Order: sequence, then structure tokens, then C-alpha cells
Amino acid sequence: MKEIYLDNSATTKVYPEVAKLMTQIMLEDYGNPSSMHTKGVDAEKYVTLATKQIAKALKVQDKEILFTSGGTESDNLALIGTARANCRAGKHIITTKIEHPAILKTVEYLASEGFEIDYLSVDNMGRISLTELEEKLRPDTILVSIMHTNNEVGALEPIAEAGALIKKKNPGCLFHVDAVQGFGKNEILPKKMNIDMLSVSGHKIHGPKGIGILYVGEKVKIKPISYGGGQQKGMRNGTLNVPGIAGIGLATELITKDLQGNRERLYELKRFFLQEVSKIDRVCINGCDPEKVEETAPHIINISVKGLRSEVMLHALEEKGVYVSAGSACASHSKKESSTLKSMGATAEEMDGALRISMSEFTTHEELEFALQALREVIDMYSRFVRK
Amino acid sequence: MFSSFLIKYAEIGVKGKNRYIFEDMLVRQIKYALKSVDAHKAVTKTSGRIFVDFEGEFDYDEVIESLQHVFGISGICPMVRIEDMEPENLYKEVVKYFDNVYPDKNKTFKVNARRSNKTYPLDSMELNATVGGALLDAFPELKVDVHNPEITVTVEVREKIFIYSEIIPGPGGLPVGTNGKAMLLLSGGIDSPVAGYMIAKRGVKIDATYFHAPPYTSERAKQKVVDLARYVSRYSGPIYLHIINFTDIQLYIYEKCPHEELTIIMRRFMMKIAEEIAKETECQALITGESIGQVASQTTHSLAVTNEVCTLPVFRPLIGFDKEDIVTISKKIDTYETSIQPYEDCCTIFVAKHPVTKPNLSVIKKHELNLNEKIDELVKIALETRETIIVSADEE
Repeated sequence: MKEIYLDNSATTKVYPEVAKLMTQIMLEDYGNPSSMHTKGVDAEKYVTLATKQIAKALKVQDKEILFTSGGTESDNLALIGTARANCRAGKHIITTKIEHPAILKTVEYLASEGFEIDYLSVDNMGRISLTELEEKLRPDTILVSIMHTNNEVGALEPIAEAGALIKKKNPGCLFHVDAVQGFGKNEILPKKMNIDMLSVSGHKIHGPKGIGILYVGEKVKIKPISYGGGQQKGMRNGTLNVPGIAGIGLATELITKDLQGNRERLYELKRFFLQEVSKIDRVCINGCDPEKVEETAPHIINISVKGLRSEVMLHALEEKGVYVSAGSACASHSKKESSTLKSMGATAEEMDGALRISMSEFTTHEELEFALQALREVIDMYSRFVRK
Repeated sequence: MFSSFLIKYAEIGVKGKNRYIFEDMLVRQIKYALKSVDAHKAVTKTSGRIFVDFEGEFDYDEVIESLQHVFGISGICPMVRIEDMEPENLYKEVVKYFDNVYPDKNKTFKVNARRSNKTYPLDSMELNATVGGALLDAFPELKVDVHNPEITVTVEVREKIFIYSEIIPGPGGLPVGTNGKAMLLLSGGIDSPVAGYMIAKRGVKIDATYFHAPPYTSERAKQKVVDLARYVSRYSGPIYLHIINFTDIQLYIYEKCPHEELTIIMRRFMMKIAEEIAKETECQALITGESIGQVASQTTHSLAVTNEVCTLPVFRPLIGFDKEDIVTISKKIDTYETSIQPYEDCCTIFVAKHPVTKPNLSVIKKHELNLNEKIDELVKIALETRETIIVSADEE
């Protein structure tokens, strides 16, 4: 059966070049970069190269790149690490209502440690308001964390504007950006956008799972959240995951090679999909005006089908070889409704029937046509049996 | 220190002339349960006793854990077997045994000797006295208490002498395979695995039927049922799990019958289908996890209406249980954590807001006439396209 994978915001297929490189490192250049012998030196070269590849894409210095186990750890280290290092300057932290649980659960924890958390609300397109941010910023605000691209609906947050605003109002306040969904699909330049810390995950950019990046600006003070052998200047202890690091380095290079071209292709596909999907009975589009797709992420589409449940559609589509996600892959663990859609003011019915379609640079027009056809058939078949 | 275990069984002892059937089956089940224990072992039956012996290294805890899953065992006694039966040697061995097992000697004890080998020079009373004396001589802190001892040292004199003092409780019940076979209607819930466990405990071999409703129920919901069957199979032995694709039948009922009667009619068809498979696979009964009043389809009226489609007896071991009691057992047999995973099962899809609680059989039957056109064909297809997998504990 044909396999149409449209769940790239959950995870992506690894680039063959990346898999090949990692295999070679695991089987041949398996040394520990901390070892003094040649095996260690050889391994270290991969780390140096990967660091350069990433620093180049972000236009930052090599020494500002930390490797972690993934997006979640990057977010935890950024938030807990800065909160602990800067708690004397203040205990106020601002984030948004639509962050990934890696942020929301971490600030909840910080609240239990005595920090005060303020949440920015979003409009019906999932975007924060700069006015609200300005109002909430205080002299004792030590950290603002805003996601670049929302994982559930693909809303793009005004990162550059927020960065400028924060630094204007409170130069001492740090700015963290969770770019797990945004990196590799958008140009993100921390120095230009006043970003102090940036989280990136390997497996969302056709790299391996279990590896992430945290960009930490040179002047930013953070405290480690785990202790050990002093690797990565003691900020993130533990033997370096050399295959993962080499993998995310190469993936970064590959995904940013034709960033502009990929973006244009993805927007074209998104426009086409939205146009077609809006013709289907019962379907409504969440968080995106089909006339203005460029205001949203190029690769994420969120729709609701009235009267049908996401889980049922997801499995019915799966039977046809089409893989999508219900609301958000992370949210689907808990049976709770999508927090992003809720914050955007969606109705219970809209949340119940929400599907996320997420593309990658490998997604083709034909695949989308196939998926649309499958979706039409599924909706047609199962709307006969909507709940009485 | 132990390399032998004496297996105690309770109810089997009273089964008269059929006793050997139960004992042989118990030996077989013990062998099966110990299959995955990596060691030289022997399971033997001699004059009303079953022994498990190991040679060389083995994992004691693993053995106990495995034996605690064998129905029919009431107690497991780690024991020492003495080859040199001379009384002097016996005293020496008992003292050695006691010293090993009880580092703290500040205890009360009694000796419980049983001499079934009547050629032995000392009788039971004499054994009690002399063995007790030897222990008191060796460990002066010990105190005798014949009524309420902390430790009872049993000395059995047969063709060899066995010493044991600890009885680790077994699961009780009767060996699986001594009481026919029954078909369990297994869902992903808390009750049905417990029902299967309870009937298996009475010596009944178990097969199971699960009603899958893709795309309404997911692959994970199915995996969950397989996992549950696997937990039950740790007690019951291998289970043939029949997976029926129920979607079309369910949707057809949904389309043709009153919504409040959907669940009850659905359950009637589930029973019918399970019974078909049961008859085909030579089961003598059905098993459900129903408990009076738990949900609308389990009121007395509903149970009567569901039951009406069956000709085989339907075992409902949980019928008088409260939910709490069922949960306690499900925790004991490790199914609870799996059961509470939140995957929708086919009974909850489309469930009406106010399903009938006092269904009237003739009304239900009248409404079932609406299904005449296609239902037989759908049932036939469901039976023919069923998937059957063998679930057993050792292929985890």
C-alpha cells in the first residue's frame, strides 16, 4: 500500500546521508571525544564540524551551541537554567498559553519553586499580542519564552518584534524561543532577533531522535540542571552523543541549503490543500486564512471536521495509507483537548474533530491529492454515522 | 540453600478416584510454568506429594514467582531432603537447617513430625520430642510453644526425610485443563480479564474473543487486549485469541435499530458470535465479566435479554462483585495498569445518552427484525474473516 506520511511535525524521516554518516560513526569512528587517543580526536572532529554547520545556519558563534538530548531537554535547560542563575534579579517569567508541554510543564515546576508565571493569550489565529507582552513586562521579569511556530496549528509568533520590544523595555530580561517546529522552515537569526536562547530538535529536521540543540548567547548566564564529567563547559554534562551530533549537524546543513525554495514549494502545497479541503462538506480550517498562508507556518495545516472524531478519521485514513495526527501528537497522549485550539476559542466540536496535517520538503502534490481523496472518502463514509 | 520444593495442593486431595487426573495435570502445569526457568529441574509425583527438584544453579525468586501462577498449588515449601536417615544425622541436619534459615534464634517453635514410613525406628511423638530436644540443645534461646509457635518445623519421614518450615502461599484453585474449556468475551476493560482469571482458577482452559471496530478502535486498543490476554495466560496457559472485525455489524445496528437499544442488541450479537466460535472450537461454556447493575447493559433485565441468545452456559464469575473488589483482583494479576489505558473500545462508541435499562425481550426481538436483510451475511463474514492469534506468557 502507498504510504503518505503527513505527520512531519511529530517526527520526520531521516535523510539517507545522515543515516549513512551516523552508521559509519557508530561502527568505525566510535571513540569518545573526551579520550586523549586518536580515536577520541577523530570523534571530536565530527563534533567540531557539526557545531560549525549549526553555528553557520544560525549565524552565531561556535561556542554558543550546546548539544542536548532533544527539544524537551533544551527547553528545560533554558528555562530552569536561566531561572536559577538569575533569580536574584527577579522571579517573574512570561510565556504563552499555547506552548508545547516541554515549556508549560517546566514553568509549572518553576512556579512551585516560587517563580511567578504570566501567560500571554492568543487571538483566533493563535498569535500573541505585542501590546499584551508590553503590558506584562516588568522590571523584575527575568525571562520571556515564546515559541516560534505553534506545533498544533502552525501559527507564527512575532519573534523579531517581541525580541526588540523585550530588549527595549527591559534589557536585562532574557528571551528564549522554542524553535522546534520553526527551525529548518524559516530563517531564524538569534542575533538579529534579540534571541538569547533557542531550542531545536534533531528529529523534526530529518535528523535523528535523541539529539537537540540549545543556542545560548555568549553573555547569558545559565546553571546546569544535571551534573557530571564537565563536558560542554559543564553546562550539559554527559558523554557527547557523537552520532546524533554529527547527524543533527548534517541535517541542519541539508535542510537550510535551499530554505527559500523549500518554503515556496511548501506554501504552494499548503495553498492548494487548503483550497481543496475547504470545498469538502463539514470541514473548517483552523488558524489560517487561505488567502494569507504566508502568515502561518509553511508546513502545518490544522482542520476540523464537524461531527466526526479525530481519532476515528485518523484510523480510517491510516487504513488508506495516509498518516496524520489528531490535534497534536503530544496532546494526544493525554485525552485532554488541544490547548492551542482551546486558547484560540475553538468550540468543543471543532476540537473533537481536529486533524493536523504536517508536510516536509519531501511532500509532493500527488501525495496531497491522494490524501485529499482519502479524506473525502472517509468523511463521506463516516458522516453517515455521526453521533445521534 | 534450597534446591527442592514440596508442592502442597488442597482441593485435589478430595477428588476420590479421579485424583490422579488432577495430580498429573498439576505436574504438567508445573512443568509448563517452569519451562522458562533456566536450570536442571525435575518435577515428580510420589505418594500424594509433588516435588520440584533443581540441580546446580537456579534463580530461587523466579521459581517461586512461576509456581505462584500455577492453579492447584496451595503452598510451596522450600525443603531439605535428607538421604542418610539415621536419627543422629537427622538431628544434625535439622540443627543445620534451622541455623541457616533463622539467623535470629529468639523465637518460639514446635516440631511437627509425620512418619508415613512405619518402618522408621522412631514414631511421630518420639520424633517431635527428640528433634525438638536437639534444637533446644543447639540454640538455648529457643522456646517451645506447641499452641502458637512462630516457627513450625515439619519433619516428614517417608522413603527419605523432608524438612521444611516455611509455606509460601500458592494461588489455590484447580489445575488448568481439568475442567474443560470456555470462551471468554475479552474487552479492554478491567472486568473481563479478571473473569477469565477466576474461571481459569477453577481448572478451566480459556480461549478468548475480542470485538475490534476499526477505525473507531485503534491498533493500540487491540494491542492492549493482546497484552491483557497475555497477563491472563500467565495463569491459564496459552490462549487462542479470536479477533472479530465488528465495525460493519455495529454500524448496521446503529443504522437500523433505535439508538437506546444499540448496546443491548450489539451485545446479543457479540454473544451469538462468541458462541459460534466456542462451539466450533469445542468450548463448553462462555465467560463474561458482567456484574449486576454496573452499566445499563448489565442490569438484571439486560442480562436476561443478552443471555437469551445463548445455548451454552454463560459463566459470570463477577456477577455479585463490587467494582472495588474487581479492581483489587485486577491489581493482583497485574492487568489493572493495562486495563486503564484510555483507548476506546467498541462498546463506548455511539453509546446512547440514555440506553435502555429495562429492555423488553419481545420489543428487542421486533427491532432486530430490521436487521433481517443483511445481518446473517455480516455475521458470517465477521466469523470467516476473524484473526486468531495464540497468546502465551513466554513469548513476551
